[in-house]
Amino acid sequence: MSERSDDSLAASADLGSLLARARRLGEGAYAMAQAELRKLRHDYLDIFTRMVQPLLWLFVFGTAMRHVRKLGVAGVDYRSYLVPGVMAQSALFVAIFFGLAIIWERDAGQLQRLLATPLPRLSIVLGKASGAGVRALAQASVLLAVVAIAGIKLDWVVWRVLAAIVLLVLGTAAFACLSMLLASLLKTRERFMGIGQMVTMPLFFASSALYPLSIMPLWLRLIARANPLTYEVQGLRSLLLGLGGGGALWLDFAVCGGFFVALAALAARAYPRAIV
Amino acid sequence: MSASVDEAVCAVEDLFVRFDTTDAVAGIDFAVERGEIFGLLGPNGAGKTTTLRVLTTLLKPTSGRAFVMGHDVRREGIRVRSQIGYIPQAISVDAALTGAENLEFYARVTGVPRSKRRARIDDAIETMGVQPFVGKLARTLSGGMLRRLEIATALLNRPHVLFLDEPTVGLDPTARRAVWERLRLLRAEVGTTILVTTHQMEEAESECQRVAIMDHGHLVALGTPAELRDQTGELNLDDVFAAVTGKELDSEGGSYRHVRAQRRLARRLG
Repeated sequence: MSERSDDSLAASADLGSLLARARRLGEGAYAMAQAELRKLRHDYLDIFTRMVQPLLWLFVFGTAMRHVRKLGVAGVDYRSYLVPGVMAQSALFVAIFFGLAIIWERDAGQLQRLLATPLPRLSIVLGKASGAGVRALAQASVLLAVVAIAGIKLDWVVWRVLAAIVLLVLGTAAFACLSMLLASLLKTRERFMGIGQMVTMPLFFASSALYPLSIMPLWLRLIARANPLTYEVQGLRSLLLGLGGGGALWLDFAVCGGFFVALAALAARAYPRAIV
Repeated sequence: MSASVDEAVCAVEDLFVRFDTTDAVAGIDFAVERGEIFGLLGPNGAGKTTTLRVLTTLLKPTSGRAFVMGHDVRREGIRVRSQIGYIPQAISVDAALTGAENLEFYARVTGVPRSKRRARIDDAIETMGVQPFVGKLARTLSGGMLRRLEIATALLNRPHVLFLDEPTVGLDPTARRAVWERLRLLRAEVGTTILVTTHQMEEAESECQRVAIMDHGHLVALGTPAELRDQTGELNLDDVFAAVTGKELDSEGGSYRHVRAQRRLARRLG
């Protein structure tokens, strides 16, 4: 009820108040992203412990499988092929566990507080999503540094790396919104333990993170085509390796962007209310 | 009633909140006057928190009305939210940030203009006496320090009314006294109206100008502690409660989820 009247209030308002609303939206998201960055500064070890899994994929799985010719793409070191997939995967894990902090009751008090401020609900969701983006960004930077030191070949062109990071942050924000939506449906942590695995692993395996779509059976390829993670990985791969994987770069950005907008809208309806 | 609503800082009129088939709040009326510390008392599950959530716009009433500073919580949500401060029972500061960083965060999200942020933060630090530990990570603070820091973060937008949900639950007596000392100071110096829920009767008796006792969603008593003692002929609010509800306070406790959340909170504050 109050929501509808707030909306109509905004609709009838002039440009000035719309700008004020947009500013509040941005201010809230910025504050939450900044808080996340500060938390990382206080506890940077967290980044390194979270690096273990992607590095295992890259250096153990990647090294073991680099001679399997069907994996990856001819003429490209399989470990290079794997870098975008591992980047996207570690960001996905950050995102999925990020929105769910509420289920551990860590964020419950903060969300209740934020709901009682003039901050728009969308701003709370965008703030959480940008917090996840900040973490993904930090993790990707460390991962890329390790890749560079290990001498794994990538196209080290500045604009390409920057564009890849933008795509990664966009994808992470979208998956963070997905996790907020899940959190608002699940509500108890016991239920989440199973669901978290049930969401992240299929997203990961039914995508082009580890192997190209061309080696998949038709049914799996169809699922992978509907999986936004596939587009995120393909986009990263064409930016960092010059490998298209069969789709245009703009399509990868469009899918990730559309996915983000749709899920942010859904999460803004469901997530903050779930804790009251 | 409407005359007192106009003058009141906040008020509820014939308020009902129904969850499924039970009435968490079953038709209550009260008005909080400017500058008072008003206590909403009752056992777990009495409907105190639900009432607070209606007044802070987190929950829509099933029927009846609720106002804050003359604004209807249903129709003028943003106006209400911009004039209040709210501290829920669950910890609302970020444990992984310092006190100062938490203050800055809440200054931003409550829309304090950039030019005024520094001064407002300094004022809040002074009012709540958090200066000695404002540079430390919140996770290293004691329960009493955390609560004072939280209240400081709720003062930044200069609220007309502060809603505190069980602010002293899980605190030892010394920390409790320190929190109340600061709240008294806030009321005396800034004139902030404070609505507080508690199930600590002796605390309400010594700190609140007026109290309302709730039980099973109903308002069973309303007045100054002295008035309630006189009306019932009892010596303290604990006995007043027993007299008006016909039972001891906290005889059964709340639901599993409620107990679990409370224990977890107590552990984190301890």
